[in-house]
Amino acid sequence: MTQTLEDFGKEISDALPGAVLAQTMPLGQLTLEVASIDIVRTMKFLRDDPGCAFAVLIDICGVDWPQRAKRFDVVYHLLSLTKNRRIRLKVQTDEASPVPSVVGVFAAANWFEREAFDMYGITFADHPDMRRLLTDYGFSGYPMRKDFPLSGYVEVHYDEEVKRVVYRPVELVQEFRDFDFMSPWEGARYVLPGDEKSSKGRG
Amino acid sequence: MGVIASDNASRSVAGGPPDDPYFKAMQAEFREKGFLVANADAVINWARTGSLMWMTFGLACCAVEMIQASMPRYDLERFGFAPRGSPRQSDVMIVAGTLTNKMAPALRKVYDQMPEPRYVISMGSCANGGGYYHYSYAIVRGCDRIVPVDIYVPGCPPSAEALIYGVMLLQRKIRRTGNIDR
Repeated sequence: MTQTLEDFGKEISDALPGAVLAQTMPLGQLTLEVASIDIVRTMKFLRDDPGCAFAVLIDICGVDWPQRAKRFDVVYHLLSLTKNRRIRLKVQTDEASPVPSVVGVFAAANWFEREAFDMYGITFADHPDMRRLLTDYGFSGYPMRKDFPLSGYVEVHYDEEVKRVVYRPVELVQEFRDFDFMSPWEGARYVLPGDEKSSKGRG
Repeated sequence: MGVIASDNASRSVAGGPPDDPYFKAMQAEFREKGFLVANADAVINWARTGSLMWMTFGLACCAVEMIQASMPRYDLERFGFAPRGSPRQSDVMIVAGTLTNKMAPALRKVYDQMPEPRYVISMGSCANGGGYYHYSYAIVRGCDRIVPVDIYVPGCPPSAEALIYGVMLLQRKIRRTGNIDR
């Protein structure tokens, strides 16, 4: 199965010359890196080609890599119900350069792209309605970026004098503290209670 | 004068055994004279506590427990605590769930539309103080920053019983406050 999926990825690369920059198989899942200008062409091919038939756009999400020059990934997940296959496409971009919108190919992309714009500030060219989706009216900043502080910049309260809900700078009584340096999800190498005598499982 | 139904409110609280001689005497008096004499504030309190119409403000998973509380198993309407669709017809607002910055003006508007006397029950950790999302950029750290809260119900989410206990505490608070103006 893994082998055939890899071959399938190569078939797509051959059918779209110049569009696919790299192909990886993390955790046995087919992932293609696509050039930003070729994303609409690629999506259209994946949807319309009878061998691919990726009719469902599952999600579009962003990833922030602050140390990279092109700091954002836009990740597209597609599903083919008839072929029972999934594929992931990745496009790299930065704050200034917009990614071509795929709303013309998948109508579902409309709100996904708005969400990516809202959370990361990734812009999409030729999007019909490039507004914020989830955050507060008049919100400034992009909360899912790594350089955005967890608690943001403003908080709201009701002001008795002006008789409405107003904003003010964030004031926390206690800063957020994370003492969990040994999270089991991070592969911590400590001895669990009760395992002191066990020789197995010691790192 | 006969029996004066002054502390009728405390006798109608669920839990204790019914005070049979008291109610029998009251019934006898009513049959004989056709009316009962009571303190006005006691009657007002009785009416207030017995017909609390609540505004549903379900924002998150707490709303499911709030719905449970009004469903047949727990049946909040036994306490005269009935859901109401419009804030203009309700007395209590249950803030059930996470209050976001974006929702806060709407919550305040709904509260402002409610007629006096009005009460607020803050249900669950998120409404009480931000809870799990306390450090988030998008969350109001407690709905008491937006509206004055009468009863806080802790839990994540609080069980339906906990909410019912909160409702009973609110009724007790109304009874003890006991004034006509709020």
